[in-house]
Amino acid sequence: MEQNIIKQEKNKVYQKSKLLIDRVMHYCPGCSHGTVHKILAETIEELGIQEKTIGISPVGCAVLLYEYIDIDWQEAAHGRAPALATAVKRLYPDKYVFTYQGDGDLASIGTGEIIHACNRGENITVIFINNAIYGMTGGQMAPTTLEGMQTSTTPRGRSHIETGFPIKITEMIAMLPGVVYATRQSVDTASAVRKTKKAFLKAFKSQELKKGTSFIEIVSTCNSGWKMTPVEANHWMRENMFPVFPVGDIKDLI
Amino acid sequence: MAVKGVIEVEVELCKGCGVCIDNCPTETIALSKSVNGRGYNFAYPENPESCTGCTNCAIVCPDTVITVYRAKV
Amino acid sequence: MTEKILLKGNEAVALAAIRCGCDAYFGYPITPQSEILETLIEQHPEKQTGMVVLQAESETAAINMLYGGAACGKKVMTSSSSPGISLMAEGISYIAGAELPCIIVNVMRGGPGLGTIQPGQADYFQTVKGGGHGDYRLIALAPASVQEMNDFVELGFDLAFKYRNPVMIVTDGVIGQMMEKVQLSPSKPRLTDQEIEKLYGDWATTGKPAYRKRNIATSLDLDPGKQEQFNMHLRKKYLEIERNEVRYEPFMCEDAEYILVAYGLSARVCRKTVELAREAGIKAGLIRPVTLFPYPYKAIESVVPRVKGILTVEMSAGQMTEDVALAVKGKIPVWFHGRTGGMLPSPEDVFSLLKNIINGTFDSADVPGINYQL
Repeated sequence: MEQNIIKQEKNKVYQKSKLLIDRVMHYCPGCSHGTVHKILAETIEELGIQEKTIGISPVGCAVLLYEYIDIDWQEAAHGRAPALATAVKRLYPDKYVFTYQGDGDLASIGTGEIIHACNRGENITVIFINNAIYGMTGGQMAPTTLEGMQTSTTPRGRSHIETGFPIKITEMIAMLPGVVYATRQSVDTASAVRKTKKAFLKAFKSQELKKGTSFIEIVSTCNSGWKMTPVEANHWMRENMFPVFPVGDIKDLI
Repeated sequence: MAVKGVIEVEVELCKGCGVCIDNCPTETIALSKSVNGRGYNFAYPENPESCTGCTNCAIVCPDTVITVYRAKV
Repeated sequence: MTEKILLKGNEAVALAAIRCGCDAYFGYPITPQSEILETLIEQHPEKQTGMVVLQAESETAAINMLYGGAACGKKVMTSSSSPGISLMAEGISYIAGAELPCIIVNVMRGGPGLGTIQPGQADYFQTVKGGGHGDYRLIALAPASVQEMNDFVELGFDLAFKYRNPVMIVTDGVIGQMMEKVQLSPSKPRLTDQEIEKLYGDWATTGKPAYRKRNIATSLDLDPGKQEQFNMHLRKKYLEIERNEVRYEPFMCEDAEYILVAYGLSARVCRKTVELAREAGIKAGLIRPVTLFPYPYKAIESVVPRVKGILTVEMSAGQMTEDVALAVKGKIPVWFHGRTGGMLPSPEDVFSLLKNIINGTFDSADVPGINYQL
């Protein structure tokens, strides 16, 4: 049987990272978080830095991130992850420290902490999930919610007259001299995932250079919050999110 | 000699999101009509002979339930 | 013997931190405690012990830096004053919930709101009855001298690590700003990761080696049963602290007919009042709580059968006095004298009030401040 000949250990070309803990993630089907978690685990595994990595998990859907990747974790209060990461990195300059934050966490309640950590050029990696909605609390407006987009707190569509514009925080962050790398990626296609993985490897490696903050935004989907199927959500994201949040490197001084 | 692939889906962990199907260039994968223990129509290789082992499905799978093998046969 | 030098209370805290092997200080300027941050930066301990000192962008950031550092198993400290401590309340609750050791210094000023930059003691409730959300307790040390500002830093770290619990050194603007001679503590090196692990266990998030499970610093448990178990565990810990760590200083209490109860600066004032009273033939004594949590309820309760009444003195509208009343259980009268807004109690005023109490003219309203019987 041809199938059985191919299905041998030596022919294995893709398998789950050993750092991903054997546990069903609590995320909705198709959620971008799972894909980003996988990239994160693969990055730490490939760089061989499990023993030297400390992750700071957020408040939001990814609050339980520490249940999925086999490294040491600190669970921060909403928005405060960059402050925790600052202390960890200052105390352990040779370890790898990253925060994982959503749009509400990073671009709303934690704006102060992220701006100042980046402005100090803390040698940390920031992973920023932008899905334009508050997933965990049930689909309220995020700072990155698109104009006209319906959420449970913008049922008539977001209007900048009432609630401002979708904030392009990565562009703002990139302006800070403390930031050496700012990029916006996505995980909706295999090639997008490959690019994001490259960005992760680059960002984590850049911590060794001690030149400043590396910042990766991932334009993501929240199909439950957006009330679409996962596949529809990916298509909707490309059509509607990418024009406002275009993918690609914004700053690269590495 | 042709490059052929095989995918292995951990059926019980699949949530049937269908992102793998959308990313499969050879229309190998489909959602099953039956459901797994958690009530999801899981992904499975409907046309296994067309698989090239490109790994696209596994790479985009949010729950990392697909393992891919590839060989020249 | 180490040298004895003249220092402000705030400076003493800073020097004590460096000398006891503190690993990091994160803080934000606010009057009347900014000298702690300034002294640390001026001392530049990075060059001496490797201690990290960083001016944060806000009190919110400072307390969360403390959370991150504490979760690494390091000796970390922050300081602030009343409005800043309010901003830190969220982080303090998280640190207590994650069971992490650290020191928070509160050099209190008068409030509420922006209040005043002058000294106060109106954060007693905030310190010992909550402040942040949820069922947690801080071990609260109340220095009444510059020497104690020095001594309580090392004591604070010892207690914080012993119980894996945040410690608050709660003092007031006078103690922070005044200068006294201080016997400095001997200098100790900072602990290595290996020493920390040996002394306190391997709970710190330092990067997961192959030989142990991953460590997680968190206060989250979504399972109600487990969350209740955790709260029961905390309760047990706090009871143990109450059993083991009560500290207070009695002064001339043995034959006293009237007892004053006060902490921090107010206790220094009351000590003078006791002396004035004794000179006038009045048998007065003083109980000075040194720990506000755990509170010396039993010490106060034990004097109840042999005294005629207790006068509590605070730089507040009456906060700690409620705990005095709890200890007394209504068996004898409890009076209160408070000055607020940055005004200080004076030994003479407290003495006048004591005489009024003895003469049955407590309500004569000839002593300034907030006076009432509980």
